[in-house]
Amino acid sequence: MSKRIALLGMPNTGKSTLFNRLTGASARVGNWPGVTVDLLSAKILIGGDMVEVVDLPGIYDLHGYSDDEKVVRHFLERQALDLLVVPLNALQLDRQLVLPLQLAQLGLPVLVLVNMMDEAKTLGIRIDTQALAAGLGLPVVAISAKYGLGQAEMQAALKSALQISQGMAAGAATPDAIDASPDAIAARKRLQEDDSLEDKAAALSRSAVDVPMQLPERFSDKLDRVLMHNVFGLPLFFLAMFCVFAGVFWLGTPLQDAMKWLFDLFNAHVLTPVLAGAPELLRGFVVDGLYGGLSTVAAFVPVIVLFFFFMAVVEDSGYLSRAAYLMDALMVRLGLDGRSFVMLLMGFGCNVPAIMGTRVMRSRALRLLSMLVIPFSLCSARLQVFLFIIGALFAPTQAPWVLLSLYLLSFATAFLTALIFRGQKHFRSEEPFVIELPPYRLPTLRQVWMRGWLEVSHFLRRASKIIVSGVVLVWLLTHLPSGVEAASAASYAGMIGHWMQPLLGPLGIDEKLTIALIFGFVAKEVVIGALAVIYSLEGDALAHHIAGSLTLIQAYSFMLFCLIYTPCLSTIATIRSESRSVGFAVLAVAWPLALAWGASFVFYQVASRLLGG
Amino acid sequence: MTTRLTTLKPGNSAAITAIHAAEALHHRLNALGLRVGKQIQVMRQASFHGPLHVRVGSTDIIIRRSDAACIELRAA
Repeated sequence: MSKRIALLGMPNTGKSTLFNRLTGASARVGNWPGVTVDLLSAKILIGGDMVEVVDLPGIYDLHGYSDDEKVVRHFLERQALDLLVVPLNALQLDRQLVLPLQLAQLGLPVLVLVNMMDEAKTLGIRIDTQALAAGLGLPVVAISAKYGLGQAEMQAALKSALQISQGMAAGAATPDAIDASPDAIAARKRLQEDDSLEDKAAALSRSAVDVPMQLPERFSDKLDRVLMHNVFGLPLFFLAMFCVFAGVFWLGTPLQDAMKWLFDLFNAHVLTPVLAGAPELLRGFVVDGLYGGLSTVAAFVPVIVLFFFFMAVVEDSGYLSRAAYLMDALMVRLGLDGRSFVMLLMGFGCNVPAIMGTRVMRSRALRLLSMLVIPFSLCSARLQVFLFIIGALFAPTQAPWVLLSLYLLSFATAFLTALIFRGQKHFRSEEPFVIELPPYRLPTLRQVWMRGWLEVSHFLRRASKIIVSGVVLVWLLTHLPSGVEAASAASYAGMIGHWMQPLLGPLGIDEKLTIALIFGFVAKEVVIGALAVIYSLEGDALAHHIAGSLTLIQAYSFMLFCLIYTPCLSTIATIRSESRSVGFAVLAVAWPLALAWGASFVFYQVASRLLGG
Repeated sequence: MTTRLTTLKPGNSAAITAIHAAEALHHRLNALGLRVGKQIQVMRQASFHGPLHVRVGSTDIIIRRSDAACIELRAA
């Protein structure tokens, strides 16, 4: 039978780095009963045995009430384990020894890893691991997961700990879980128990850890004086965000083009010739439906990789907590926090990685609210649509103002949504905003690379099925019943457009535009392409025709609807996989649709009365 | 004489005398090293009535003013 070990530790102990160090690139997201967040796990060889390593969320203590602490308790209650590996931050042993003491008291098989020894050495902190091991009654190894120090000792200790381990049954680490009810007497008792452990931990840390009387002023303190400055902090934050944004999307766009070029090349030279003899409908289905779906998925890969390369830098460097500090005064009024704002800004490039990025928020309520808000960010795909329509209809002097108004509306709808939903039970975070500020660190290339790789593989595994089926569905709607002209009034899409007229007519959106909106559901990039198919015109001719057939008010109403309704299928697929809730995904589609309809309706009706349509 | 963490000026430090918090917050504060008797230093305050940046031992923490108000200190 394969063995299982779990990593259990406080936030900021380098747990993820340790996990990556142990498992390499073999990690994947596992499904665990009753657990609402992604847990990474990997199978590795230790001393000839196949061992499954599970990375648990960071927790402050076993009795805590945060979402992550509940997840960990839930996991420990249901899964049998052979070993708990507990990484500690070597710089904070004064307050980190309580957790291993709690576990030792329960008689569980535990291996303690004193991590970040590289930083401890720099600060002149000396740690007597033998004295620690004796005091805790547990094996202790000093390591630096980031630089791979002490790796051989760690492997040896893992091997011997697994050999002597009798295993622990599900629930062994959470004996008091049943009475974890927040009743006052039990609660006070737990706090008192923790207090006595705290005294023991303090005594142990005094005897085994030698901290210099005066810690040298760290580079972090100097940097914080600038980056967290009351006046310069925010401008520097926006500058940093701009650089990340520019980095991701200026590098990403040519890569996306290259990806598209590769897919077109394969299509032109392999797929189409191979299918030359196939019936028209089958060829269309395979090339435009299935293959089109695959290339839609592929187009996201470069931005996701780049986004998480940059995110890994922002996050691992410790800057994200500073951003939370700087933006909190504003975001707390919206029921969000500074980290949501970072993701909201990133959404202006592409919603998909921004939604995946909300994982840095540890409260589920906060994450859900952020995921509801992010799709209102005017992403680069929507920008393409707006630039085309604005260019076709509006005078060059009006154009920048029209675009600016759309950007402002994008923020307004996001903030409005946050204000409306922040009070709801599912979106109100109960967690106190008390977060640790880690010192600035330079992430290693390995950390950055691993992050980008992991996130893309999650996206491909989780979202690609929904995206491909969606693209195929839209293809079928626009090409069936068989024999109709693509996307014409006789196609199913055309019929839907016709049925929707009572609903969309009052918005100034006619049948042909409705078909374009159905395409836009797949991805906003294809809206212009869809209009080209619908009107059988390309480029300038299409722009000219649109300018002739739409009024300015109709065009703006159409853009308003495009801005607010469902960003794209990939976003929905990502929301579904990240929230692990179909109900939430439905809300994330339905609310923007309702808001889009309301906004366009009010705009079109008011504007056409005032300006005489 | 006692005072609250929210009234401590940046750069100053004082000893924690009491924590008047609900259990969840109390647990979190304890785990981060904020306990009765510990010295706490205010590093800076964010503008627009934003959170505080405090230091206890070797741990730096950001805490909202509403949460910081539950921490009572010995006045200097």
